[in-house]
Amino acid sequence: MSVKLTVMLLLSIAATSILGTIIPQNEDPAAYFRAYGEFVYRLFDVLGIFDMYHSWWFQFLLLLLTINIVICSIDRISATWKIVFVKKPSFNLSRFRNLSQKETFAGNHPPKELEKIYKPIISKYFGYTKVEPTDKGLCIFAEKWRWTRLGVYAVHLSVILLLSGGLMGSLFGFEGFVNIPEGEKVDSIRIRNTGKIHYLGFDIKCENFNISFYDNGAPKEYRSSLTIIEKEKPVIQKDIIVNDPLRYRGVNIFQSSYGKMPSDSTFKKKTPASDPSGEITLNFDNRESGASFQIKTALGKPVDLPEGFGKFVIVEYIKAAEFRGQNIGEAYKGILTPADGNPLDVLLPLHFPNFDRMRKGALVISVADQETEAFSLGERSEQRYYTGLQVTKDPGVLLVYAGFIMMIIGCYITFFMSHQRVCVEIIKGKAKSRVIVSGTANKNKMGMQQRVKKLSDKLAKL
Amino acid sequence: MSSSNLLSITTFIYGAAAFFYIANLVFKKPFIGRLGTWTALLGVAGNIAGIIMRWVESYRLGIGHAPLSNMYESLVFFAGTIIIIYLVVERQYKNRIMGAFATPIAFLAMAYASMSPNINDRIQPLVPALKSNWLIAHVITCFLGYAAFAVAFGMSLMYLFRQRDIEGKSSLLARFPKSQILDELNHQMVMFGFLFLSIGIITGAVWANSAWGSYWSWDPKETWSLITWFIYATLLHARMVRGWHGKRIAYLSIIGFMAVLFTYFGVNLLPGLHSYGSV
Repeated sequence: MSVKLTVMLLLSIAATSILGTIIPQNEDPAAYFRAYGEFVYRLFDVLGIFDMYHSWWFQFLLLLLTINIVICSIDRISATWKIVFVKKPSFNLSRFRNLSQKETFAGNHPPKELEKIYKPIISKYFGYTKVEPTDKGLCIFAEKWRWTRLGVYAVHLSVILLLSGGLMGSLFGFEGFVNIPEGEKVDSIRIRNTGKIHYLGFDIKCENFNISFYDNGAPKEYRSSLTIIEKEKPVIQKDIIVNDPLRYRGVNIFQSSYGKMPSDSTFKKKTPASDPSGEITLNFDNRESGASFQIKTALGKPVDLPEGFGKFVIVEYIKAAEFRGQNIGEAYKGILTPADGNPLDVLLPLHFPNFDRMRKGALVISVADQETEAFSLGERSEQRYYTGLQVTKDPGVLLVYAGFIMMIIGCYITFFMSHQRVCVEIIKGKAKSRVIVSGTANKNKMGMQQRVKKLSDKLAKL
Repeated sequence: MSSSNLLSITTFIYGAAAFFYIANLVFKKPFIGRLGTWTALLGVAGNIAGIIMRWVESYRLGIGHAPLSNMYESLVFFAGTIIIIYLVVERQYKNRIMGAFATPIAFLAMAYASMSPNINDRIQPLVPALKSNWLIAHVITCFLGYAAFAVAFGMSLMYLFRQRDIEGKSSLLARFPKSQILDELNHQMVMFGFLFLSIGIITGAVWANSAWGSYWSWDPKETWSLITWFIYATLLHARMVRGWHGKRIAYLSIIGFMAVLFTYFGVNLLPGLHSYGSV
């Protein structure tokens, strides 16, 4: 058990961690089998590589690291403890006299008077001061921040807090998910990775789910209206969005995904758009002039566009168009043939009249006379969504957060604060006294030299 | 003028600053060094103005958010932070030779942001996952850390060059800061970077817990930031407990910065939650 071993452990955890970032974790076994072949698959499976951060050997490394940190800290802290908790700090004059770098200047008064002038200044900068007579005059010792020697133990303790918080979470908490169709409720969830069913002890009801988009088609917000029902009585109602979960009885409910219910004949409604012989009204907006015009057409019937924009024809009706993996509902596919240029494919979703602005063309095309609930897909009667919720409980979170705070404070103390000691020796001379300023610190010795020089310059001016 | 134009101009200003610092190193004219400092200051002004303009522009587009949401914006912030940290070090240690090793990194980051065809400089709306107050705290602290590590990397390179000529035969290397100072600066920068990397990882964890319900899920970016943290933790222990100095610390610092670069760029090639950093 030594620092060497701890560092070896740190590095081996770092090295093995890389493996899990290269091999995707917790995928379908069949996919692994296809990707790696039988032999490698079996080998990796035995070694737990497919869920390596939870494998026995990785957890064992973490445990070893924890034990090492504890033992190394205990081993060292007794020595530090004796230094930190002394009633009256003692100073060793010869140690300061032996320092290679010292600042020297002449003082205009005898030592006793200089002591009166210097002492308040020194104590302002360093707090604790102590005056001792020497063989040649006197000596003012001062020091501050003795306790910062304990900073490093705060950092180590914070790591222990983090790891024990993590352990507590994995023993007494859970991480699961559940999909709830709009208007329905559930009383249990599935645990991630194992797939086990976990009963919550209350019901979650999804009143409705809404998704909204930006003008460019990127998703803007996923919103689920949830009600918690306990013993048949609603207790809490809240709309959750990503980054704003619902918390109830230590269980956190997060917006995680969504999807469309499998098409169900009772929800299907005859829409005029799907009628291939029907008339379609299109809006054309000229981006530069701001002019807009409407043209009536039908599927497969080309129209000439005014202002020399060429021709446009609708070639296809799509029931559930996809854009960047998102379902954007019904849409027409058209071909725009500019007067001087190549034909372009244009997608016209019925429910997003601004969709075509994304193309950044001179002409913005949209389908007119549609029920355009511009930014709300969820309320459309013919489609029913389900919301995908992440449901977690982690009683270790408080420990982990305490560890976080302790780590930040501990690192700051360890890196940027040091136990600083100075010695101002005043030697009696004939007319003038000689003043020697020196100092040490347990860390950042170069910075300490600068502080000693600064103090000396300050005292020399008095 | 749009923010993208201003930031493109800033790229050239950083290029000029890097050129002056290198010229100062080679031709030993203090005048060129001063020119480098002033050019770098001008670049920082342009960089900050560009970031503020971009912020304002996003509000004009109706999708207002802090310009810290994608690869382009993070690179711009990264470059600015490197230059600011470097200028502070230059002022403290009164040595412009270091500029030849720090400013080119900022210039490269900025040039990559402005010119790479893989990087989109358009202002995009925030996807739901990024809509959180933690975004600003998380990105700023991470990049303060990364920038400090970048400067530490520059110091380590200088240290290794300087070490090759202990007798002081080369008049070029003689103008480098003393190797003790470079070693100490490297250590200081690593401590600064380590503190901010820790805060960056922590703010990310707290954010993940409020957005997804788990503070740590071993996604590749998280894992790589932890690997980086481990490497620098090793460096700090080697120095503080075992008293390592000089060459070995310089090598560790270089390895650490390679891990930083992989966390920043390489991870986008792997699947994971942080994929929005790639566009």
